[in-house]
Parts: sequence; structure tokens; C-alpha cells
Amino acid sequence: MSTLTEAPPPLAPAEPTAKPPRKRGRFTPYWLLLPGILWLVVFFALPLVYQASTSVQTGSLEEGYKVTWHFATYWNAFSEYWPQFLRSIFYAAGATVLCLLLGYPLAYLIAFRAGRWRNLIMILVIAPFFTSFLIRTLAWKTILADNGPVVHALNSLHILDLTNFLGWTAGDRVLATPLAVVCGLTYNFLPFMILPLYTSLERIDGRLHEAAGDLYAKPSTTFRKVTFPLSMPGVVSGTLLTFIPAAGDYVNSELLGSTDTRMIGNVIQTQFLRILDYPTAAALSFILMAAILVMVTIYIRRSGTEDLV
Amino acid sequence: MTTDNSGDVRLSGIGKTYGAFTAVHPLDLTVPQGSFFALLGASGCGKTTTLRMIAGLEEPTSGTVHLGDQDVTHLPPYKRPVNTVFQSYALFPHLDIFENVAFGLRRRGIKSVKKQVEDMLDLVQLGEQARKKPHQLSGGQQQRVAVARALINHPKVLLLDEPLGALDLKLRRQMQLELKRIQTEVGITFIHVTHDQEEAMTMADTVAVMNGGRVEQLGAPTDLYENPRTTFVANFLGTSNLIEAEVDTRSDEDIVLKAAGDKLVLPAARCSAPAPAGGKVLVGIRPEKIALAHADDAGSIPEGRNRLTGKIADASFIGVSTQYVIDSPACAELSVYVQNVERDARLVPGADVVLHWSPAHTFGLDAAQAIDAGTGEEVAA
Repeated sequence: MSTLTEAPPPLAPAEPTAKPPRKRGRFTPYWLLLPGILWLVVFFALPLVYQASTSVQTGSLEEGYKVTWHFATYWNAFSEYWPQFLRSIFYAAGATVLCLLLGYPLAYLIAFRAGRWRNLIMILVIAPFFTSFLIRTLAWKTILADNGPVVHALNSLHILDLTNFLGWTAGDRVLATPLAVVCGLTYNFLPFMILPLYTSLERIDGRLHEAAGDLYAKPSTTFRKVTFPLSMPGVVSGTLLTFIPAAGDYVNSELLGSTDTRMIGNVIQTQFLRILDYPTAAALSFILMAAILVMVTIYIRRSGTEDLV
Repeated sequence: MTTDNSGDVRLSGIGKTYGAFTAVHPLDLTVPQGSFFALLGASGCGKTTTLRMIAGLEEPTSGTVHLGDQDVTHLPPYKRPVNTVFQSYALFPHLDIFENVAFGLRRRGIKSVKKQVEDMLDLVQLGEQARKKPHQLSGGQQQRVAVARALINHPKVLLLDEPLGALDLKLRRQMQLELKRIQTEVGITFIHVTHDQEEAMTMADTVAVMNGGRVEQLGAPTDLYENPRTTFVANFLGTSNLIEAEVDTRSDEDIVLKAAGDKLVLPAARCSAPAPAGGKVLVGIRPEKIALAHADDAGSIPEGRNRLTGKIADASFIGVSTQYVIDSPACAELSVYVQNVERDARLVPGADVVLHWSPAHTFGLDAAQAIDAGTGEEVAA
């Protein structure tokens, strides 16, 4: 009997301890989400709403701005600055293609051929990040200087004649031309292309290459039919990570370009900081965002990687 | 069978070294057209490297590979009339089942693949799954896709690299029979790499047992099982009791040995060691060949059988048979499997027993080798 009466006590405390963890556990994911959500609300959602309201305001700096739902600002801004929009998209697209052409072979090399050099090459890819974006872009001013070795080499190889003909450069200089801006963009965003490409290439099972070879595919066919399709998630995210920030960039055009190479980022910056026409600047920002969203959506649909990303 | 030998695989002096490590010692091997050949061994024995050298995925350090009369040693894999079923299948994840199977045909420029692919998918009973992606299929289905993808090319030789390793036991048994059926049907030479001795024995008509980069023994499954020539083969294929014994006398037909006072007879033809009088020999006997009698009935054992005395250390009942572990002065831990036909209630742990078997089932091995090679315990030792 004594053993029976002693038995219940350990059960009693067991019950309350069994319940609370379950209750606490149910809300844990939300608590963990909270800092991120707060961050997004304060630094993304609220400024976005604020910008949206600015874009439909009218008034002047002296009298103050009021929300008048003046949507004409959008049309006015677009009709005045569409050449810069178009230029931004061309430059960003050009830089993205260059990044892909330069980055793919490098990412392939790191993923499949680098062996013990893999980590070293990865560090070299990331190393430029240790220096400021501005300083790196300024360095390109020296690289592309009019009497520098690059211009000299391009000149003596008659490549400048070709780029002059295409309208990418003018006269004997590279600096202050579209080519310089695209080069700067390519250089600055190259790591954003290489890293996702490397990640998706590295995930490919090496036996798939062997299997393709075993099934009569030459190395080039193996690349076309197996490696490249399987690296599509990396290609898509790499091109997006390059194209989106490049389309909105203004530093490269500011430092390496001229008034003829102004991108939409430069226009927005000038409107905000120099002309102080906030509604136009906000409207331009929204147009850029919408344009990029539409292009990216079409791009992802067309590349058919929704289930791979 | 016929004069057609285009499906023969001939390896001459083929070897592979990685730096100082020798994965495969130079070996000669001929696999005749239309046979089901198994390379059997524990992991790291060089069997997969050998297979990969035939496929062209590994360049041999020495020797040549011939398919029929063609020297393919330096041909890249995509030029060899050989296909492989890879371990874990290596199906293309971005292609559906139909395109996976059609891959080899398309690479050879064949335009109308529909009929062939559909027939092949029907052969492996996957006609319904043609438009699914590999990850939507079960392991067994993926395995069949891998076989179909290789077979559709009508290779001269099909190489199978542990193709059933990822499947559960029941499915594995089923696929073994299935592969055997397909091989009989298509008549292609199959070279199958496995570490599962049961798999090798049920499927292959010739088995090469590999160990440490060498072929230890080659032969039909029954021959390997009944007449192992090394302790590795004796232990790796099934279970063997190996008893150290000294040669007492020998005639042309029989060798008489002494093991801890008991006298054992071994047919001279079944002894792979030289066994001079006074020398040592390992006497082998399979557990299921041994009969067990209680010590009280020792008198009723017929004359002319090999006998050992011992004590039952352990008995486990597993349905069709009972497995006994017996301590004998001649050898500790002898295994004996007795069919459960008439169970003797006196045969319990602690009982004194007499083990007896026909001398014809005894085999003799060179005593200079490690007695526990191939048991799976020698690595730890």
C-alpha cells in the first residue's frame, strides 16, 4: 500500500511541465520572425509608403508639399527621362551579359577543376569587397585613363576603331564613354554573378557528367544538355543579382561616365539631392521598381526555373 | 555459343595506381560474350575501379582493355559500345523519364525515338511514368529507369556498379531476379559489381572474388562455395569453420591430419596447399555440412566420418534451422547449422557433443594465410 500512495506525487509535477513547452513552442517561430519583420517594416515598408505618398504630392520647398493625388508626375517624369531609363536597361543588360561570359567559366573552373586551389580562388573573387565600392570604381579611372596602358593597347590593336564605330567609345578615349560605364558595372557586380553560379554548379553530382559521357555525349554535348541546364538556377539568380542593382546604379556613371551616359540612378540622385524635386524623384524610383519587377517576372517565367530556384 | 565474340571483354595486365596506392594490381580477365559476370569484394577491393576502367571513366595505369577484337583502352567513354548502370543511378534530374531513357539514342543522332523508348519503358514496367521527373519515382522505379536508359542503346556490354545497393532487402531480391530475366532475354554481357555475396551467387554464372586489388579466385558460384582456395574466399562467401591441423600421413588420395588429438581426413584433391607430412594445413568445413550427435550417442556414428568432440556454447533457433556455436579442443567457436527436422532435446548449451561430417566435404587451405581474412572482423583486429 505504501508504494501505491507514494506513486502519484511524481506524476503530479510531470503534468504541468509537460504542457507549457508545447504552448511556448507554438509561438517560438513567430518570436524568431519578429526582429526580421520589424526590420522590414521600419526600413522597407514604411519608407516605401512614404515614397509612394511623396510621388503624388505637389507643392514647393518653400510652401511645403501636400498629397494631391497628382499622378501626372509619373507621366511627366517618364516622358522627360525615358532615354535615361532605356540607357540604364541597356547598360545593365550589357554588364549582365559580360558578367555571365566572364563569370561562368570562372565559376565552372572553381567548381570542377580547381581542386585544392578552390578556396584560394574563392577568396580572390571576394577579396575586392574588402575595399570600398567607391575606391574600386575610382581605381578604374586610372586603369582607363587616356594615356594609360589599356587605352594604348586598345588603340594599337584598332579595337577602339571598332568601338567608336559602334558608338561605345568616342575619339581616343575610353573614359567618359558608355564602354567605361559598362566596364565599371561589370567589374563591380561580377562577384554577385560568380557566387550563385558557383553554388549551383558545385551542387551538380559529378556522376551525371560520367553518365552523360557513358551515354555517348561528347564533353561539349554534356555541357549543353546536362551541366548548363542544371546550372540554370545559378544563371537566373546571378543575372538577377547583377541586373537589378546595375539598373539602379549611379556611381559608375558618375565616376566613369559623362553627361551623355547618365543613367536613371543619376537622374533620381540629382532630383532628390540637387533639384530637390521630391515628387519627381519618388515617381522615377517607382517607375524603375515597376519596370524591373515586370522584366524579372517575365524573365523567370521564360527561363522556366520557378521550380529550380 | 557462336563465333560472335564482339561482346567479349578481355582485360590484359590492367592495373591502376593512385600515387603510392595500388587500387588494382595488374590482372588478366576474360568475360565471354553473353555471360553474367560478377566482381565480388568488400569496399575498397578494386572492383569498382576495374569496372570504371572498362567503362572508360578511369584511365588504367597499365594494361589494355579489349571489347571483342577492338582495343578500347584509350577511347573516351562516349566512344565505347558500353553502358553503365551507376550506383545511385545518376539519372538526369532536369529531364523526365522519357528523356532520360532517350538520352543515349538522341546523342547518336537517332530521330524517331518514341517507339523504342516506349517499348523499353514497357519492358521495365514504367510506361505510365514516362512524363514524371526522376525525384517523383521510388528507389526501385529509379533503378529500373537506370537499367532502361543503359539497355536501350543495345550496348555490347552492360556494366552494373552496385545497382541494388540503395534498395531495401525485399526489393533487392525482386530486382535480382528481374535483372537476371532481362539479361537472359537480351543476351548482352553483364558485368556486375557487388559486395553482397548472395547477390553475386544468385545472379552471376561466373564470380570473381576480389581482395586488396587482386582477384582471389574465379569460378562458378557453386565451385567457389564448395572449393574455396583461400581463407578470404572461404570466409567472404558464406561462413566457414577453419581448423588448424598438422599433417600426419598422406597418400595419393587422402591426407590424414591431427587436430588436438582428433583425427581428420581430407581428400588430397580438395587441398589447395602443398601439405607435406608434418606441415600445417587449415581444414575447412561449411557449418551446414556438419551433423551433431549427443556424446551419449557417439557409438552410433557411422565409421569413416570426420569427428570432433566439443561442448555447446550457444544455440539460436531461427526457424528452418538451429545455429549452434560449439567449443572444441581443436577449434574455439565452431558454427554448426542443423535443419529442424527432428530436434534432439538434449542439444542445449553445456551439452557434450560429437560433430561429424563426410571427409568429402572437407577442404584444405594454406595455413600461412590470415585465418580470419574476409570475415569482416580482421580490419578491427
